[in-house]
Amino acid sequence: MYQLTGVTKRYRRGKDTVDALRGIDLAIADGDQLVIQGPTGGGKSTLLQMLGGLDRPTNGSVLLDGTDLARLGETRLTRVRAQQIGFIFQSFNLIPTLTAQENVETALVPLGVHPGQRRQQAAEALESVGLGERLSHLPSELSGGQQQRVAIARALVKQPKVLLADEPTGNLDEATRDDIMSLLEGLWRDRGLTFVIVTHDSAIAKRAPRLATIRKGTLTVRESTPS
Amino acid sequence: MFFTYLRRELRRRRKAALVVALGLALGIGLVITVDSVSSGMDQAQGKVLKSLYGLGTDMTVTKAASAASATTRPQFNFNANSSGSSQSSDRVLVQGFQTLASSTATEVGAQPHVAKAVGGLNLQVLKINGTFTQGQFQPGQGSGQGSSQGGPGGGQSPQGQVRGGGAQFDANSYSVYGVDVSDLTLGPLSSSKITSGAGLTAADAKAADAVVDASYAKQNKIAVGSQLTIKGTKFKVVGISTADSGDAAADVYLPLSRAQTLADAKDKITTVYVKASDSQQISAVKSAIQKDVPGTTVTTSADLASTVSGSLSTASSLASNVGRWLSIAVLIAAFLVAGLLTSSAVSRRVREFGTLKALGWKSGRVTRQVMGEALVNGLIGGALGIALGLAGAYAVTAISPTLTAQLGGGGSAPGGGGPGGFGGGARQAAARTVDIALTAPVSVATIVLAVLLALGGGLIAGTFGGWRASRLRPADALRRVE
Repeated sequence: MYQLTGVTKRYRRGKDTVDALRGIDLAIADGDQLVIQGPTGGGKSTLLQMLGGLDRPTNGSVLLDGTDLARLGETRLTRVRAQQIGFIFQSFNLIPTLTAQENVETALVPLGVHPGQRRQQAAEALESVGLGERLSHLPSELSGGQQQRVAIARALVKQPKVLLADEPTGNLDEATRDDIMSLLEGLWRDRGLTFVIVTHDSAIAKRAPRLATIRKGTLTVRESTPS
Repeated sequence: MFFTYLRRELRRRRKAALVVALGLALGIGLVITVDSVSSGMDQAQGKVLKSLYGLGTDMTVTKAASAASATTRPQFNFNANSSGSSQSSDRVLVQGFQTLASSTATEVGAQPHVAKAVGGLNLQVLKINGTFTQGQFQPGQGSGQGSSQGGPGGGQSPQGQVRGGGAQFDANSYSVYGVDVSDLTLGPLSSSKITSGAGLTAADAKAADAVVDASYAKQNKIAVGSQLTIKGTKFKVVGISTADSGDAAADVYLPLSRAQTLADAKDKITTVYVKASDSQQISAVKSAIQKDVPGTTVTTSADLASTVSGSLSTASSLASNVGRWLSIAVLIAAFLVAGLLTSSAVSRRVREFGTLKALGWKSGRVTRQVMGEALVNGLIGGALGIALGLAGAYAVTAISPTLTAQLGGGGSAPGGGGPGGFGGGARQAAARTVDIALTAPVSVATIVLAVLLALGGGLIAGTFGGWRASRLRPADALRRVE
């Protein structure tokens, strides 16, 4: 589980200092789903980066199963990202020159999986998101929704403990958004993932069992009953 | 995954990759061409020098001619009374240098690091053939009237005029070289091949045998078996030699003792040809000879090379200075452009590399990917550069521009060797011009250098890009594109 205590992130922008996060305390239990909502520049993505070990807080601690990500060396932090955390980005962030299958394989490369097994696992992951027929397609040959499915397959192929999604439906139309959210929620339930979503979308927020709102770097958490 | 990713990325950015590769190719091609032309210059210079002292000779020992001996002129005596009959006279002169005792060769041979030393005698034969015709006395028309119209004898001689008469002489000058037949691996004849008949052998030490240079033989219609008369001595032509460089050191080669007899120079030589046991010891050998055999001039091939002037020297200097610096400048520019383009490509792929790092790729793996792409670019540039360089070298060889080397004409030779610079040749009493066709041989070492440069270029470019990629923090990389 995650345990964040007094997490502060301060940036310098020229002569000014910006407090992106101000003393955040947050606990996320294993298998929880948390939706983080808030205005642009409120600190949502920064908080997600702290949870994913992509950035370090200026102050405070980010414990994942008792390991403080804020204090880990770069090599170990990279290993934690490779083994335990899956990321989904708003812009999909697929490698444009690699096929869908190869894009999914990139998540298995740091784990040292044998190429043959890697290809098979990637194919299975794509099958599980409904893209079994699109293995050899380049991202440019796929729709936005399909690209996001490839990104989801890439995040899940290594069977992570945590899934972090940053505006996963931000670039999709409503129908595709619903498809993707249904897929993600299904996977979350089936696999018992700890799932954190950052979103602007109120429709997604309404469906969340637990909603956190972040404004000017300050977080408030509300337990809610999904509508 | 490494190769798949690499191949796809290179294909995606093929224009940028081509720019980098072409930049490197230009630099590498220029290096190969300049290097091969430079080798061609060295070879040409080597041929010129070889034509002077033969293959394998590291240095020669001579004694400069004194001012007095240098101005001695040959005297010829002809009988003006033998009207109409052919008269011939020839003089054999020691050419260019003062003589040394034959024992000098042994003395030099005993110096440390000297593998062998042989003596040679450099002669010039001046032969004059022709006839005198006496004038005919014509009695004067007014002799009966007792008038005197002049003429020797005045009034006591019959009056009249001497008409007609005169002289017709041909002057023929050629060079003769007395070679030590006990060792023909050193000296001028070593740079020639016997193309007809036989060469001189150790058994010919006293024989009246001669080897004639092919061009002199052709000019004078001399063949194997012909007789050659020098100062009254008849020599049998046993062989025709052709100089490797196309320019022979002498017209006629005789056994040393025979040449000494002709020149009245018993036990005298003009030149000692020296081969060092180790090419690294040439300077030491030179110093030792200068110290232990006083009054002599020691000229190494390096000394002689410095006396080569003319277009060969100018071109050689251009190749080694301007050409070399130009290729270095182009290479540096190509390396920098390759580095900057790779670095700029990394900047455009910030999100890509940020994503990979977020997925757990270590910085080293990302850096290796960038380095790999740059290295392949470098190798493509290297391959193109080698093709370009080979084409350049081939073009130079196909065109074969003729370069002129002037030997010894540009000033005095090192060590006071006198005009002609090097002490061993038979023809260098005056400045001498040799035409050499330039070639541009490409050696394996040059190709290896090109491959190393290509790898170096790729590594430099990869280091630029890899350094940038390794410093990317995933959060910064992802944030920057949001």
